[in-house]
Amino acid sequence: MSERTFAVKVRRNAGQIVLTTLGALLAALWLVPFGWALSTSLKPEGDTQLLPLKWIQSNMNLDAYRSVLDTGDIPKWLVNSVIVSTGVTALTLAVSALAAYGFARTHFRFRKALFGLTLAGIMVPGTVITAPLFANVRTMGLVDTYWGVILPQVSAPAMVFILYKFFQGVPRELEEAARIDGAGRWRIFLGIVLPLSRPVLAAVGIFTFIGSWNNFMWPYLVTTDPDLATLPVGLATVQSSFGIRWAQLMAGALLAALPLLIVFVFFQRQIVRGVAHTGIAGQ
Amino acid sequence: MTALAPAPAPPGAPETAPARRPGRSRLGRIMQHGGWFVAPFLVFYGVFLVWPLVSGLWYSLNETNLAGINTEFIGLDNYREALNDDQLWDSLGNTLTFTAMLTPLIVAVAFGLALLAHNIKHGKWFWRLAFFAPFLLPSAVLADLWRWLYEPDYGLFNNALNERVPWLLEGDWAMFSMVLATLWWTVGFSFLLYLAALQAIPDHLYEAAALDGAGPWQRMWHITVPMVRNITGLIVVLQILASLQVFDQIFLINEGGPNNETRPVVQYIIQQGFTGYRIGYASALSYIVFVLIVAVTLVRLWLVRKRTDEKGETR
Repeated sequence: MSERTFAVKVRRNAGQIVLTTLGALLAALWLVPFGWALSTSLKPEGDTQLLPLKWIQSNMNLDAYRSVLDTGDIPKWLVNSVIVSTGVTALTLAVSALAAYGFARTHFRFRKALFGLTLAGIMVPGTVITAPLFANVRTMGLVDTYWGVILPQVSAPAMVFILYKFFQGVPRELEEAARIDGAGRWRIFLGIVLPLSRPVLAAVGIFTFIGSWNNFMWPYLVTTDPDLATLPVGLATVQSSFGIRWAQLMAGALLAALPLLIVFVFFQRQIVRGVAHTGIAGQ
Repeated sequence: MTALAPAPAPPGAPETAPARRPGRSRLGRIMQHGGWFVAPFLVFYGVFLVWPLVSGLWYSLNETNLAGINTEFIGLDNYREALNDDQLWDSLGNTLTFTAMLTPLIVAVAFGLALLAHNIKHGKWFWRLAFFAPFLLPSAVLADLWRWLYEPDYGLFNNALNERVPWLLEGDWAMFSMVLATLWWTVGFSFLLYLAALQAIPDHLYEAAALDGAGPWQRMWHITVPMVRNITGLIVVLQILASLQVFDQIFLINEGGPNNETRPVVQYIIQQGFTGYRIGYASALSYIVFVLIVAVTLVRLWLVRKRTDEKGETR
């Protein structure tokens, strides 16, 4: 190794050490809210407001988690959230993939106009239609039902656009070959296009799931029955009854955060790709 | 798309209706040529997006109660009332302040974090996890975590700083606190966008610049920043659009307090519609915000078009 490359290498390593240290400091700072919540949740309820504050103490235990799980409704909210988010995701994927394929690869009258109308919908912010949407959903008798929570979250023009972009990139030759073999449009879609699109479907699916899992406003407005509360709604409305029992509040918050964090650890690649696709949609 | 052999209907899709007789209706023809693919989406789209959008416009011209039953057509009275509604303008001002404070912060912090994570060789997954994790929290969890951090007597912040900062107790501080919590919560998304953009920059650009004797700062200003410009534009717009609709965290942390000094316009609309039972008035307010948001989107489209025209390329 020549002296020069050695010097370069040393400098590069030094640079890496500085960057990594800086990164570690920032990451630690970023994780403080989680860490503090964890620390608080492990303290006996009476110790959360003892000064000076301590991060770690000897009598930490899981009592707060136990009382939250025993007395609280978190398991029930969790089930509701799973039902709602799974329903929204499955329906959105099915409906959007079909529409995207129709717009990308079929030719029927008014297709362009309908696609334009769909794209225009990307501009409509959800909050703008909340009030009239609620009135309409109420007219349909869907207030305080799972359907009332799920169905209005399914019309996602942005997802149609993302899938449309992807389907456009699927080589036409593949479809032509299948067509010559006598496959119809539906068989081509189900048997060739969909399997090829698994990565983008995963990205869209995960993003829809996250969005729906974390949606607060719509489920909050459209349900008054506590038995239908999703996790975010339940947590928000129960705050007052937990009062200032901070250990339990933090335990509940962390339990509620856990499912998606686990999902992220397992699906990191797809989520990162999903963000990149959003980039495509936005441009 | 001519003379397709009749599709053998796959299971689960019986509607595919094999080629019909020549005398079929126009709708039938549309459906057969691919209409079935888009029909389910259009039903959802029509019922849950177009219909509310149209009926909202109609409600806004009426004195309409929560059930959506028209009581009286009042023309533009709701809009006239809105123009003189101080609470509307105050809350709109809060939303705009929030947007103006948050957007540049998000861009700067997301870019900085992405540069850092991109240039550290090891542990990519960890940096992504650490900076993106807060984005995955439900708003109610975010609210719980930060209300506890901001707690005046026993909160971590005031004890670490050894001061009594009125985080949520005074208007200006409260707005800052909302921005800070939101930055922590949402910057991960823009961070990932930047990270993807940085990874897409070809290495040979940097190598060529290094050969020409460009230092790290020069390379950053003359290569990195211009190369991620499109993504910056995108982040700015997404951020503005999201911030104009801010509601969850402000409502959940402090209910728009103290004294409505952080109350965003969306919260005011919700209160008019659902607490005040005035869907008509709430719809009118929504349309005012809608116009604002569409304006932002159009400005963005115009900017993008202008820039592509200048570059003389098509996207």
